[in-house]
Amino acid sequence: MNALDGKANYFPYLLLLPALALTLFIVAWPLAETFRLSFTNSSLNPVEEYVGFKNYIKIFGGKFPAVIVRTFYWMFISVSLKMLVGVAGAMLLNCAVPGRNLFRVLIMPPWIVPIAIGVFIWSWMYNGQFGMISGIGQWLGIFAGPFEFLAFRNSSFYATIVTDVWVGTPLVTIYLLAAMQSVPGDLHEAAWTDGASRFYRFRRITLPLIMPAVATMGLLSAIWTFNSFDIIWILTEGGPRGSTTTMIIDTYKTAIARNRYGEGSARAVMIVTFLSSFAAFYFYMLTRFAKRAMNHGEPTS
Amino acid sequence: MINKYKWYEYILIYAGIALFIAFMLAPFLEAFLVSMRPISEIFTIPYAFVTDNMSFDAYFDMWRNVPRLHVYIMNSFFIATAVTIIALVCVIPAAWGFARFEFKGRDAILGAFLAINMVGGTVLIITLYKLMQKLGFLNTYWAMIIPGAAFSIPTGIWLMRSYLMKIPKSLEEAAWADGASRLYILRRIILPIAMPGIIVVAIATFIGAYAQQFLFALTFNSQDSLNPLPVGIYQFFGRQEIIWNELMAASLVGILPVLIIYIFLQRYIVAGLTAGAVKE
Repeated sequence: MNALDGKANYFPYLLLLPALALTLFIVAWPLAETFRLSFTNSSLNPVEEYVGFKNYIKIFGGKFPAVIVRTFYWMFISVSLKMLVGVAGAMLLNCAVPGRNLFRVLIMPPWIVPIAIGVFIWSWMYNGQFGMISGIGQWLGIFAGPFEFLAFRNSSFYATIVTDVWVGTPLVTIYLLAAMQSVPGDLHEAAWTDGASRFYRFRRITLPLIMPAVATMGLLSAIWTFNSFDIIWILTEGGPRGSTTTMIIDTYKTAIARNRYGEGSARAVMIVTFLSSFAAFYFYMLTRFAKRAMNHGEPTS
Repeated sequence: MINKYKWYEYILIYAGIALFIAFMLAPFLEAFLVSMRPISEIFTIPYAFVTDNMSFDAYFDMWRNVPRLHVYIMNSFFIATAVTIIALVCVIPAAWGFARFEFKGRDAILGAFLAINMVGGTVLIITLYKLMQKLGFLNTYWAMIIPGAAFSIPTGIWLMRSYLMKIPKSLEEAAWADGASRLYILRRIILPIAMPGIIVVAIATFIGAYAQQFLFALTFNSQDSLNPLPVGIYQFFGRQEIIWNELMAASLVGILPVLIIYIFLQRYIVAGLTAGAVKE
């Protein structure tokens, strides 16, 4: 017990009051209300009625299952690429070469600048006639002529992923770099004196020790990627022909563009369900890492 | 030496880093090059990095062709500043509470705050829209400020709390023994001592708030004079004739303030923004 605690035990709650009030108002209540609306036919019509599971039955009879599969596929590829590029990038930036402090500064801008503005620039880059990527591709002979990345189903799907990777990679890299730097130097020294090669040391020392950080970041990144809205909306608005419509885009289109709040809420509830299971898994993982660290005295992340 | 590399290892490392940085910075280079080209040269085929008649003209003309550009930039600053102030008012006392006091449900409440980070604003957009409508906040600054502030609280609490936990308690306890009230302690001891931490939280919140001004503004605001820069520029995209060079110039001008802040304070900003990725 803290000396400051004294008798007035309500005081800590008083300290939390502003934060709690705003959070209940802007997060908790809307969350509960989303659940309620998902069972109504809420729309621009001021009268709303409870319709039971009708919204859910309707979305599962339609295209929504395909949207769910697409969302997971989109997230899986994007997160895998972020982790792959992030691990490689952190490894490179962890090398003791001249200029590394500058390099660490130079990789951050995609993540610092307003996301929407970064994506505006990408929408120009993907332009087939005049953009940089198609231009370089033609110059290298990859494309026979101008290639309009955002006009085709497949290419727009992967184009939105590349931009998402661009936005998300700096955070992954810098987080994993911090984890690599917390690996005790004497472990490397000891292995080095025993004649272990650099690759061997990476595989047997660095990699196992940063694994908790990789898992943590991977899961967090998955949660954020699942919710990725700005990037897809600005580049394609979910098109062409629905090829980049993820769950969040579908929800937004249904609710905000077509004013079907009830059906939109049912979609939102599905997203929240998936997110909660990711989050539950995340907290479970954190406690497991914490316990293991306590048992073995290992650094956690 | 353990960190001595052979010559070919140097080449591989630098080549890898160069490739990585090229991916991260290529869009900015492209935006800059486009902003330098006269509109006639933008649509030249085949693609060329450097074209004829490059100049800074777009940076002057954009103020005329995007008449509200300065308004958008001011709005972005205003919204981010307001978000930061509201968030700090909520974050500082809450973080002190979490860092120093033991009370029922502390860990559960802290966990709940962290979970908010994961839900995010997008999925709640429907009910937030109805809420803003009910409160009469649609088409006002409030609709962009209040949700922004609420969603930046969790990261702020986490960052501030870990800073406060590093400060020794002895000062507070001494003041308490001398009969100072808790609010006095918060105001006269915690605030001055924690000022460096508060500044880090403030900068991180500001940068985050400046970076995420798309969704709420796009959905809750249809009054152009209140739009922040991202939505202000976004409106020009659907048009028949997009003045790409000026839009790129405007984008870069909008990016510039955060980049300048970042270059000077990068160490703190990185610490602040990575705090969202919790490690326990």
